[in-house]
Amino acid sequence: MVLARSEVARSRGRGPAKGTAVRLGLMALPLAFFALFFAYPVVAIVGRGLKDGGHWQFGRFGEVLSDPDIAHVLWFTVWQAAASTALTLLIALPGAYVFARFDFPGKQLLRAVVAVPFVLPTVVVGTAFLALVGRGGLLDELWGVRLDTSVWAILLAHVFFNYAVVVRTVGGLWGQLDPRQEEAARVLGAGRLAAWRRVTLPALGPAVAAAALMVFLFTFTSFGVVQILGGPTFSTLEVEIYRQTADFLDLPTAAVLTLVQFAAVLGVLALHAWTVRRRESALRLVDASQTARRPRGGGQWALLWGTLAVITVLLLAPLVVLVERSFAGPDGYATVFYTSLRSAASADSTFAVAPLDALWNSLAYGAAATVIAVVVGGLAAAVLTLPRLRRGPSGRTPAISRFVRGFDALLMLPLGVSAVTVGFGFLISLDTPPLDLRASWWLVPLAQALVGVPFVVRTMLPVLRAVDARLREAAAVLGASPWRAWREVDLPLVRRALLIAAGFAFAVSLGEFGATVFIARPDRPTLPVAVARLLGRAGETNYGQAMALSTILMVVCAGALLVLERLRPADHSGEF
Amino acid sequence: MSTTSRITAAAVAAALGTTALTACGTPGGADAKTVTLVSHDSFSVSKPVLAAFEKQSGYKVRVLKGGDAGKAVNQAILSKDNPQGDVFFGIDNTLLSRGLDEGLFSPYEAKGLGHVPAGLQLDKSRHRVTPLDYGDICVNYDRGYFARHKIAPPKTFDDLIKPRYKGLLVTENSATSSPGLAFQLATVAAYGKDNWQGYWKKLKANGVEVVDSWEQAYNQRFSGSAASKGKGDKPLVVSYASSPPAEVLGTKPAPRQAPTGVATGTCFRQIEFGGLLKGAKNEKGGKALLDFLLSKQFQEDEPLQMFVHPARKDAKVPEVFTKYGATIGKPATLAPETITRNREQWIKQWSSLVLK
Repeated sequence: MVLARSEVARSRGRGPAKGTAVRLGLMALPLAFFALFFAYPVVAIVGRGLKDGGHWQFGRFGEVLSDPDIAHVLWFTVWQAAASTALTLLIALPGAYVFARFDFPGKQLLRAVVAVPFVLPTVVVGTAFLALVGRGGLLDELWGVRLDTSVWAILLAHVFFNYAVVVRTVGGLWGQLDPRQEEAARVLGAGRLAAWRRVTLPALGPAVAAAALMVFLFTFTSFGVVQILGGPTFSTLEVEIYRQTADFLDLPTAAVLTLVQFAAVLGVLALHAWTVRRRESALRLVDASQTARRPRGGGQWALLWGTLAVITVLLLAPLVVLVERSFAGPDGYATVFYTSLRSAASADSTFAVAPLDALWNSLAYGAAATVIAVVVGGLAAAVLTLPRLRRGPSGRTPAISRFVRGFDALLMLPLGVSAVTVGFGFLISLDTPPLDLRASWWLVPLAQALVGVPFVVRTMLPVLRAVDARLREAAAVLGASPWRAWREVDLPLVRRALLIAAGFAFAVSLGEFGATVFIARPDRPTLPVAVARLLGRAGETNYGQAMALSTILMVVCAGALLVLERLRPADHSGEF
Repeated sequence: MSTTSRITAAAVAAALGTTALTACGTPGGADAKTVTLVSHDSFSVSKPVLAAFEKQSGYKVRVLKGGDAGKAVNQAILSKDNPQGDVFFGIDNTLLSRGLDEGLFSPYEAKGLGHVPAGLQLDKSRHRVTPLDYGDICVNYDRGYFARHKIAPPKTFDDLIKPRYKGLLVTENSATSSPGLAFQLATVAAYGKDNWQGYWKKLKANGVEVVDSWEQAYNQRFSGSAASKGKGDKPLVVSYASSPPAEVLGTKPAPRQAPTGVATGTCFRQIEFGGLLKGAKNEKGGKALLDFLLSKQFQEDEPLQMFVHPARKDAKVPEVFTKYGATIGKPATLAPETITRNREQWIKQWSSLVLK
């Protein structure tokens, strides 16, 4: 895909027409995908809310936005998202460094485990988190610390959820930065801090910005965490959209709020695009396995142990509590809930789900969603990496380039639009053959892919953009065809990013709940949907079974991520 | 062919491939052999019972679930011009009038309606909907807590505002939880449209706590639920009259009484209805399905599947319900039209009164 870049370079004499064709060709699929499965449904549902008898009711904006309750919701949404992002960066950036630069036993396992919270459904995580910091929780019993229904519980849960986003997005690139550049700067007389600030920080900039942006988006649109841990006095814009749509069917208010959220998300994305453009630079990337080594000196060991301590308290403890509860039967620890899951399923109710069936459904949906997300996201990332076309004779940026820039933002929008808006949109727009997808198996992976694509794009872009064009040119000079140059130069460097992207998309699909619960067919419930069903019923057996299913989901997610970690070095050994 | 056009061609081919794939995934759900039931997440039926209907009628039943009860109804309203299925199960009396006003249902008098008590038949004259089950939402109490503290558990709404029950009750947010809303409606029914707010002021002064969801109230905060492992800090919770039997189910040996009880004077009755969706593609199959939902076989399957009471008088209720459940003499109710007319305003008033 990236080979098109050198192709464009050679065809410069023939004007921008050719470049335009390449761009449009690459964009066709992602554009069609987003138009059909995102823009069309969202426009349909927003239009339903704001149109009355064929006339747009823009007066609604004033009415809704002047409501003090809504203003309070807006303020809280922005405030908690900013605070959550700052706290996450503060806690997770040292972690990203530790994972990128240090070698220690169990590193691969730990890297997989820290990503598990991110992909677990919020309803499960909320339960686990409350068991730790809530009333009668572990901290309460030990030290009388209770954090539930406080803003701290929300902020910490956001760190818990998004730790992996920073570690993976920033750490992934950090591990591939050549440490010799920084060493060279130090040899030339720069202090340790100055060398880091001048060499490493600018190189990491886009990745840090991307990670911060993602965390901000997730926390800005936070739904489950705020609902479970915040109590009814804290409400985000996303929660309000959900209430207005699902509970009150007040589509006009929901439409206004959706557009407000849209505008806010677009603003953040514009800021991000600007930051990335300023920092874009070709980096010298090396194989990550060459850059990591055993920590040296007291400072580095302290950093490693400190990070491990944070991970243990903040990330592992809630997960361990979850596992503990799945085994805590009425007569002491036993596997009673696991075995009862099997017998409940054989009791032949449409409610009970055999864990293996739910697992199989989750894996099948996840695999399909990953394929879609990687194809769509990969093509999109390729377009965005193409060099900008030269300005035309009029001195203006070609329309296509401006369009591509807008396209960049479009790809991120699904993260900023609530599942209920998209779900209701699907319902009223994709309802006639041949696109009556409302009961189709494909609806679930399509909706999950919508959320997966931004991950693929964001994970791949920094690496793709950082590929040094001179390497490719050197290959061409040595007689390699563009295809060969791409295979030998780009692919090895991009593969890791691609695998991480695919893994993320897959894991997100496994744990995805908001859209899935809306559209999953009852004969094919996924693990999160089955967990939520069980949690919705009274009784020890149901609760225990929910914990057991959550534990299975957690183990599968960790397993999937671990396999990915293992795949990578094996692949690389032949290339480098 | 140059490299660039090859890329373009590949991209277009991929796009076409995806479209073809999508087209393959479209089900042929509209054939006369399939009948589609649209419902909420809690819908459940024993597989043998469903299989018996499929065998006897020749229809294959497809079930579509759309989130919780309120969301499922709203989905049905949004897609009413082109309904997702043939029969809707699970519109209750708090939402009924909204569905009827929107013209969701076609009239059909299901077989066996004569066995359903008149009190449950809220659309008796027109048969647009058929009552299929009912359940009561009441304050549940932790027997252990009240025995240990030697206090009698509360029975009525008036009890809940007495000093001895101060700070003991947790309920759900009316705006986000259907049991929460039902409890609020129960107080409206008990104290009247003009006085319910006064009651809630007293309840708030007596330390009622509000959380967003039933799961949180019951599984986390209620000390009587097995899920909270005794760590919950509230011995009173708004839940269902069928929660005590659910607590007993699966425990061996069976206890003499359920660990939790029901304050029988605090109940609101929810009646669930089903109806033939207007514009159903398989109307004949839909009618057969409605008959089945009101059949004795399905009705006797309901209690242990969905923890509700069957609508039919002659349907046998399992022992765990009769032994551990409570009999609710006079549950509170409100006319569906009254609820629809006032619901949003009441929720708003409740929110600003209780949450702020």
